[in-house]
Amino acid sequence: MIRHARAIAGRRSDKYAVKPRLERWRVWFVLSCLLGLFIVLLGRSLYLQAWNEDFLQNQGDARYRRTLKLEPNRGVITDRNGEPLAISTPVQSIWLSPRSMQVLPIGQNRPKDWKQATEDELVPISVDEVKKLAAMLAISSDELLKKLNTTRKNKQGEEVKSDFLWVKRHISPADAKRVLALNVPGVYSQTEYRRYYPAGEVMAHVVGFTNLDGKGQEGFELTKDAMLAGKPGSRTVIRDRRGYIVEDVSTIVPPQEGQTLQLSIDRRIQYLAYRELKAAVDNSQAAGGAIVVLDARTGEVLAMANAPSYNPNSRAKIDPAHKRNRALTDLYEPGSTMKAITVAMALNAGKVKPSTVIQTGGGTMTIGPATIRDDHPVGAATVEHIMQKSSNVGAVKMALMMEREEMSNFFHDIGFGEKLNTGFPGESPGRVRPWKNWRPIEQATMSYGYGVSVSVMQMARAYQIFAGNGEVHPVTFTKLVAPAPGKQVISAETAAQVRKMLEMVTLPGGTATRAQVVGYRVGGKTGTAKKLVNGVYSDTARVGSFVGLAPISNPRLIVAVMIDEPSFALRYGGLVAAPVFSNVVAGSLRLLGVPPDAPTTNILLPGNGVEDVKEDA
Amino acid sequence: MIKHLWDRIKRPVDPWLLLFIIFLFIVSSVLLYSASNRDLDKVIDKITFMGISLFGMWCIANIQPRVLMHLALPAYIVGVILLLAVEFFGVTSHGATRWLNIGITRIQPSELMRLALPLMLAWYFHHFESTLNWRHFLGGALIIAAPFILILKQPDLGTSLLIASSGFYVLFFAGLSWRFIGLMSGCIAVFAYIVTHWDMCINVLHEYQCRRIATMLNPMEDPLGAGYHIIQGTIAIGSGGWFGKGWLAGTQTHLDFIPERTTDFIFAVYGEEFGLVGNCILLILYLLVIFRGLMISNSANTLFGRLLAGAIAMNFFTYALVNMGMVTGMLPVVGVPLPLISYGGTSMVSILATFGLLMSIQRDRSLMKG
Repeated sequence: MIRHARAIAGRRSDKYAVKPRLERWRVWFVLSCLLGLFIVLLGRSLYLQAWNEDFLQNQGDARYRRTLKLEPNRGVITDRNGEPLAISTPVQSIWLSPRSMQVLPIGQNRPKDWKQATEDELVPISVDEVKKLAAMLAISSDELLKKLNTTRKNKQGEEVKSDFLWVKRHISPADAKRVLALNVPGVYSQTEYRRYYPAGEVMAHVVGFTNLDGKGQEGFELTKDAMLAGKPGSRTVIRDRRGYIVEDVSTIVPPQEGQTLQLSIDRRIQYLAYRELKAAVDNSQAAGGAIVVLDARTGEVLAMANAPSYNPNSRAKIDPAHKRNRALTDLYEPGSTMKAITVAMALNAGKVKPSTVIQTGGGTMTIGPATIRDDHPVGAATVEHIMQKSSNVGAVKMALMMEREEMSNFFHDIGFGEKLNTGFPGESPGRVRPWKNWRPIEQATMSYGYGVSVSVMQMARAYQIFAGNGEVHPVTFTKLVAPAPGKQVISAETAAQVRKMLEMVTLPGGTATRAQVVGYRVGGKTGTAKKLVNGVYSDTARVGSFVGLAPISNPRLIVAVMIDEPSFALRYGGLVAAPVFSNVVAGSLRLLGVPPDAPTTNILLPGNGVEDVKEDA
Repeated sequence: MIKHLWDRIKRPVDPWLLLFIIFLFIVSSVLLYSASNRDLDKVIDKITFMGISLFGMWCIANIQPRVLMHLALPAYIVGVILLLAVEFFGVTSHGATRWLNIGITRIQPSELMRLALPLMLAWYFHHFESTLNWRHFLGGALIIAAPFILILKQPDLGTSLLIASSGFYVLFFAGLSWRFIGLMSGCIAVFAYIVTHWDMCINVLHEYQCRRIATMLNPMEDPLGAGYHIIQGTIAIGSGGWFGKGWLAGTQTHLDFIPERTTDFIFAVYGEEFGLVGNCILLILYLLVIFRGLMISNSANTLFGRLLAGAIAMNFFTYALVNMGMVTGMLPVVGVPLPLISYGGTSMVSILATFGLLMSIQRDRSLMKG
């Protein structure tokens, strides 16, 4: 082609006298320029398409491919009868984007016919509108204005307003409708799910609560969060430039809905337990209290309540101290409620019989430098009598018949120092020191409940040995179809013998006559333990408790009540805790339809002038 | 009879050029179908325009270069008058006054100037061929300057530069001295330096022009605003890879991420769907057209023919290069369609009209030979 061009140029040069060399030069020049530029273009193409391809392909994908999260509904928590304890209800949350808004100077209003021309145009909002919005949502208008104008530095160091602001979360759909009816452009409402707890403070420590974003914070909302929350599904979609979903690129993974959690709790019994506990705590001006109601045959928790409690429906106002789940996390020295266990241990080991007479002397006993006292000396008394009158010396004598190791093993068998495994956070295993370090005085005091620390739940669990044939079942908050296999700790005969003694405790002459229930025979043991304050047993602070069974002829319920620091006048377990037991048992047995087993319908209180029998341990 | 008619039809047509054009038309139709989201109406529209412009090309190809020479001066004068009319009575849209309302439709006189200016200059140099000296080149520069300034004032920097360049090619082929070219290059370099520096640019150009240049230099600075076109373009082309995503399978295209995807940014669609290999094929097709144009220029028997053919070929090349450079992010965004590929009738008609001129020049030579 070049030769051809030269030939032409040559021929023409004669005819037109145009310098042929220059001409050819120019064609060459143009051709090389052309090729050069096309090579540059090709190089750019190569750079973009071959070299930089991965990056740009990802950039391309990022521009249209989005994976959307599909939120599952949180599971419902119900009681054993399917009554809802925690449900999610749709609520509205009001939000706006401060970055796309512009607050007009005071007195200036948005034109009536204002319309957003482009997506980027700022929405003018007048101060009046902000005030109206704030008033309707019951928030401070000054604060909202401030938030609307607040800027912060972005990565490039520019001052920008934030992209997203919750104006108010979780309002009722009706309220949200009214807010949207204000017709302020740029103010939106989004559906969220709010957790609602119908039982409120009654069930607070069991169910717990979730935070604003639906994550479990306390109680079963926390321990079973994964199960309740379910698994979010996903949907990968292609969106066009305007954000419309064009198509699904992969199969939709549906969200795995949260499962329903059915608890062993009976809402009605829980309500009763909480009401009675709260009344007792209030009346005795106590620091707090806890109550546990177990199904005596299965170990299922029918109720667990604490006072003080809190309302999980208004999270913001919760006093952190009220979140204490005393029944599971707080340890106390059980005091005399331990004596039933000591007696059972000695009976089961064959060391004594119910009718064995034990000499308690004048109600004092010296072990080393320490002296153990009975407030009401019983002299020479049978085991039954010792239990009824709650004699410390009698209990010590029985305990000292046992080897330290035997006693320690027995404690562990009934679950002291052993985890409960309910899954609750902060649940305490209690404290039993290794038997090898026990001194005789310690072994002695443990027999009437000092030097061993347990939780209320553990105490209730331990009393299972008296309820049936001497077995302990693991306690559980989930409704069981069939009871889990129990562990035989004492013989059925021993259990029956102790039951009889526990009943005597509630009869006239016992320490817990106020535990009686009309129509039912009940049994239990009081406890009035001095509280350890800064390592010293307090003269005034007590823990009054009562653990009992009902009905005694065929126990269905185990109820453990603990009142922390009641007023001094009401410090005795028989006065402060036994009535709670009585009321809860009366209501619960009726609710459960348990036939009465009592021959009489009267409560047998001691006659006038006869003082209640009270223990001081 | 039919054979006679066939001979009459094919007589003015250059078969090579026609072949390349038809190849480009096929690429264009196929691509447009994809870029328009399978809008068959648009493709039919486009094919109709192809027919019209091919007929226009054939008509022009029939005109003797001698006659064309007589048309040169009137066409130029009418062009300048129309540009002046735009200046005073033009229709303003998007901040630019580029259109003239002539009752039935709006015309863009700058399109006419694309044809008229090289025609005028080629005639001018042909006319003064025997006495050519530096004064004539100065005159040529003035002939370029008039439409350049008028179009620049519309404002339309891209078109004014493109039209000026087509004039410059004529000057170059006519034998513009290297010293002058050196001087010009120096001026352009200074100008380029100024416009690429924002503070100085503001004094010389419109703010939007400066913004476009600044955006081209760093598109990521404003990814949703002015940089959007460039980023989307490079992403689309880049995501095509070696062999492309396949016809109708370009995601950026079909999801509407590419702006102006049937017109100015159609090359992005092409790059995404046909990849690097496709780009090479298209570049080769363009090169073939230009080579053919330069061959015609080289073998033309008058200075007028030589200059005009060279300018036409180079102008075609410039448009293709500017469009591709813009879409691949090497040049600022100016509203230049991809020659013969983009949707849009006006540009196709005017390009094929210039090809008609090429064929006319080619035929003139062959007649002489015959």
